[in-house]
Amino acid sequence: MQIPHEVTARPDTGLYNAKLGIWLFLASEVMLFGGLFSAYIFLRMGAEDGYWPHGLLNVPVGAGNTAILIASSVTVVLAWASLKMRKFSQYKLWMGISILCGALFLIVKLAYEWPQKFEHFGAFIKKDAIEHYEKYLGNHHLKEKGLPPRVEISGHLHEVEIAADPAEKEKLEVFLKQHDLEAKPDEHDAKLQIVCSEKKDKDGKREGIRPGVAEDLEKVPGVKLIAFELGLDPINAAPDNPESDKPHFLYKGPTETPGKIERKDVEFYSSFAPKHSSYFAVYFTITGLHGLHVLAGVLIMLYFWLPIEGGANMFKRNPEHLANRVEVVGLFWHFVDLVWIFVFPIFYLL
Amino acid sequence: MSQAHDHGKEITPGTAHEPATGGDHPHFDMHLGLYLGVGGFLLVATAVTVWLSYVDFDKMFGGHGWNIIIAMIVATVKVGFVGAIFMHLKGEKKLVWQFLYFTLFFVAGLFLLTLLNYSDPIFGTSHAHH
Amino acid sequence: MSTAALTHAPDDNAHDDHHHDPGFWQKWVFSTDHKMIGIQYGTTGLAFLMFGFMLMMVMRWQLAHPGEAVPYIGGLLQAIFGSSAFQPDAKGIPGVLTADGYNSFGAMHGTIMVFFGIVPVAFAAFGNFVVPLQIGAIDMTFPRINMASFWCFFISCIFMCVSFFVPGGAAKSGWTSYPPLSGIADSGALNHFFMNGQTLWVTGMVFNITASLLGSVNFIATIIQLRAPGMTWMRLPFFVWAQFVTAFLLLLAFPPLEAAGVMQLMDRAFGTSFFMPTGLIVNGAATHWSGGGSPILWQHLFWFLAHPEVYVLILPGIGMVAEIIACNTRKPLYGYKAMVGAIFVLGFLSFIVWAHHMYMTGMGAKVSGFFQVTTVMISVPSVILVTALMLSLWGGSIRFTMPMLFATAFLPMFGIGGLTGIPLAFNAVDLYLHDTYYVIGHFHYVVAPGTIFAIFAGVYHWYPKATGRMLNEFLGRLHFWGSLIFINGIFFPMFLQGMAGVHRRWFDGGVTYEQIIKPVIHWNNFMSVSAFLLGAAQIPFIINFCWSIWNGRKASDNPWDATTVEWDTPTPPPHGNFTKEITVHRGPYEYSVPGADKDFTPQTEAPKSDKAHLAAPLVAAPAH
Repeated sequence: MQIPHEVTARPDTGLYNAKLGIWLFLASEVMLFGGLFSAYIFLRMGAEDGYWPHGLLNVPVGAGNTAILIASSVTVVLAWASLKMRKFSQYKLWMGISILCGALFLIVKLAYEWPQKFEHFGAFIKKDAIEHYEKYLGNHHLKEKGLPPRVEISGHLHEVEIAADPAEKEKLEVFLKQHDLEAKPDEHDAKLQIVCSEKKDKDGKREGIRPGVAEDLEKVPGVKLIAFELGLDPINAAPDNPESDKPHFLYKGPTETPGKIERKDVEFYSSFAPKHSSYFAVYFTITGLHGLHVLAGVLIMLYFWLPIEGGANMFKRNPEHLANRVEVVGLFWHFVDLVWIFVFPIFYLL
Repeated sequence: MSQAHDHGKEITPGTAHEPATGGDHPHFDMHLGLYLGVGGFLLVATAVTVWLSYVDFDKMFGGHGWNIIIAMIVATVKVGFVGAIFMHLKGEKKLVWQFLYFTLFFVAGLFLLTLLNYSDPIFGTSHAHH
Repeated sequence: MSTAALTHAPDDNAHDDHHHDPGFWQKWVFSTDHKMIGIQYGTTGLAFLMFGFMLMMVMRWQLAHPGEAVPYIGGLLQAIFGSSAFQPDAKGIPGVLTADGYNSFGAMHGTIMVFFGIVPVAFAAFGNFVVPLQIGAIDMTFPRINMASFWCFFISCIFMCVSFFVPGGAAKSGWTSYPPLSGIADSGALNHFFMNGQTLWVTGMVFNITASLLGSVNFIATIIQLRAPGMTWMRLPFFVWAQFVTAFLLLLAFPPLEAAGVMQLMDRAFGTSFFMPTGLIVNGAATHWSGGGSPILWQHLFWFLAHPEVYVLILPGIGMVAEIIACNTRKPLYGYKAMVGAIFVLGFLSFIVWAHHMYMTGMGAKVSGFFQVTTVMISVPSVILVTALMLSLWGGSIRFTMPMLFATAFLPMFGIGGLTGIPLAFNAVDLYLHDTYYVIGHFHYVVAPGTIFAIFAGVYHWYPKATGRMLNEFLGRLHFWGSLIFINGIFFPMFLQGMAGVHRRWFDGGVTYEQIIKPVIHWNNFMSVSAFLLGAAQIPFIINFCWSIWNGRKASDNPWDATTVEWDTPTPPPHGNFTKEITVHRGPYEYSVPGADKDFTPQTEAPKSDKAHLAAPLVAAPAH
């Protein structure tokens, strides 16, 4: 039993089945990402002044990833054209490059961009305590210039100061051991028992405490967080510097300039994870869903590239069918590219 | 050319009236340059997008939100090229365009009507947001 | 060159025709045959309809007898659903529905009936089984995607069923799952981050939506690409049109809810605040969310789906009723073209009315005004459809077969449901009626004696084609009259209660507010008795359905003397459906054509004379 119009177009529509199907699928994809983008607009418009961060992502890396996707879009359409011209070796070449580009995009995203965010610490300061942290926030300077205020202090978490209940000491010790943390009695204040600090790596460079570990530490029975000590981001290290007024093209990581925040002044703190803010929530959701689409595209293209039945071997039997399949995955791939063309400016630049 | 053309014929018996897709090489050779050209344009446009985002248009034109509008215009142009050339929407069948019109209409509705929510809130009921 | 040869020519001559007998698993379980998938969807969906109704019967017991243990099966229920849903009464007899249990059953009743009962049966089951047959196709365009759709749906069913048995019980934030309630419910340190009712609900919904999307792509592609030669657009049976529009609604309206579902999953599992507002205090303590989100955003995205979803529920039903009315009045549908136009306008407008569910959110007068206007507008195409069906009855020699009984009952019932919706369209009236039993009565009239009666009509109509046996007429009539009487006994008093101000979420049937609603509270008992009797009225149907598969009267290939193409196959249709090349020569409802030798002329019947041939110029000349 053979379904009609699998390869050849139906005369009155001019389309073969899969092409019609992929366009319908893409229509639903437009609505899916439409829903997410409208959530972005909705949340951004509803955000209070200062609560929509700028310049937290690495623009050159993002632009590079954009270029990679665009390049793969070109190669995938060339792969299809090669098949239409029945040039098999060219097809293998262009398709191979497309697959590599897709994989490279994912590697950059998963191995570099995302993990970097999970290491970064940010603390939103309570409204009534904002004034105490003027030296990190520079809101007077911003107000003079008519710029929105800053409400968050971010950087690299170096140390956490805690007060621990001696009765529950064992649980704390288990936790410290589990997470490979050092604890030392605080020199300045005898009442506070311990300062949990980072280990230094071989070169003596600071590693810091992962913000997630600090959150877990707070849940250990008998432990009370007193303060965070961090290496400030450039923007908090020199808040009055006009250089810090606007995001920069070249991303600069946290400095060694120390900053200290009392836990009681913090409204909410976390790593730059999805729960950090509406901004990161939308960022991770959209790029995550987009990443899943990239992964799907890479796997399907790989299937059509490998010398298997239904894949590249189809060329000998029915090259037109293979060309159609490549056209369809190409349409999907261009759509993924197209979504990214919007994702890049709205998260990295604006 | 002949081999491929023969093949195209062989797999579609009795369909001479359908648009021949397998055999017209020159057609695709011509397009190779176009595809590379559009790819190059998109790369340049990406660089332009980045550059434009560091220009303060609000200061230039007054008001606010100009950078967003301009970035979206550039992105839309880029997307237009991807759609028209790579997804060969230029010259695509009517049916596909009909789907697209429908979809774009509804997606626009989804965007606009949720935004209206902020344009006309009843006093005292709007929810505070971060 | 004939069109038939063209469209049915094998595209890929390297493929052999595979006609070998598939094994048990391929034939009955992992089947790619549209008929088997339709039957799978149908049986699963009907089972869920029954389950959802049972949940409601327990709730109705609680409403009529608050605080009393469910008789006979209370102990069993408590053993199954656990102590979060049921508790012993003052005397220690187990089986009193708790407030949490009531919320949970209510939420799951709504979810199951809409997404796991009616859509799978009315859209997926009948669509899968009937549409390819009616357009003369050998299968759906993408049979394997079709199978994937069903199994995706099956996975979502498992999520929903499992959610009853996790600590805390199933989702309890209503079928609309409004945040922040749905964010707070079963969340926090004491609950598993994934194995809790609400998170499983969201995950199940994401799978369910994916299944619907796969299905709708397939339906649209099939209707566009696989129509048999001669089956032009205006020769499509109305049911196919209804399915076509329904598929578009699902295709374009479901993705925003999928996006919202993913966001709610993020809120619950990863602590984001898409829908959680700033400064949320629960039980006097601050929550762990960073805030900054908007509960209204969820409502927009939810209703962007859920309003078109109402039409997803009703349109296939109207389609089935149209088929059955034309067949059993032995005359063409009145105003076929107007109906096709109306259904498109209906589909289109259904996308821009969603916020009439949100008048109470403080949207502002301009936005409310816009949605009020579009909502009133959408009643126009709805009325066109019902009026056309009513007028189709006029002057017909009606055969009151089983399907026809249900189809005729559908019309006034759907009419009541539709007309009671008009007051709700108006902002000012809605502020009073919002969240009362009036709303419950309104939409249940649309979907219960509306769509579910249409589903019953469809089951009685196409059962012979699917099984080769007729359903028993006597049991059928018992089922019909019982259902018709008792379903009105449940839903009509709801209008009275609702207008008196009875709120839909009171779990004690309003005892706490007895002073206010005293004149109407006694209806609770009447409605609950009706519900139990309605349950009893389904027993003949269940017996009939199971017994007739093997023991029913044998059906001929065309037992109803119908014209549409699905009756032109062997009964039951084999894999590949047709034993001959199908060419369509005429419109779908050529009943009682003057001068014809019988009172129906099948679509596939070639015209006899040259003159008749000229009357149908779109027919491809047969030139084999």
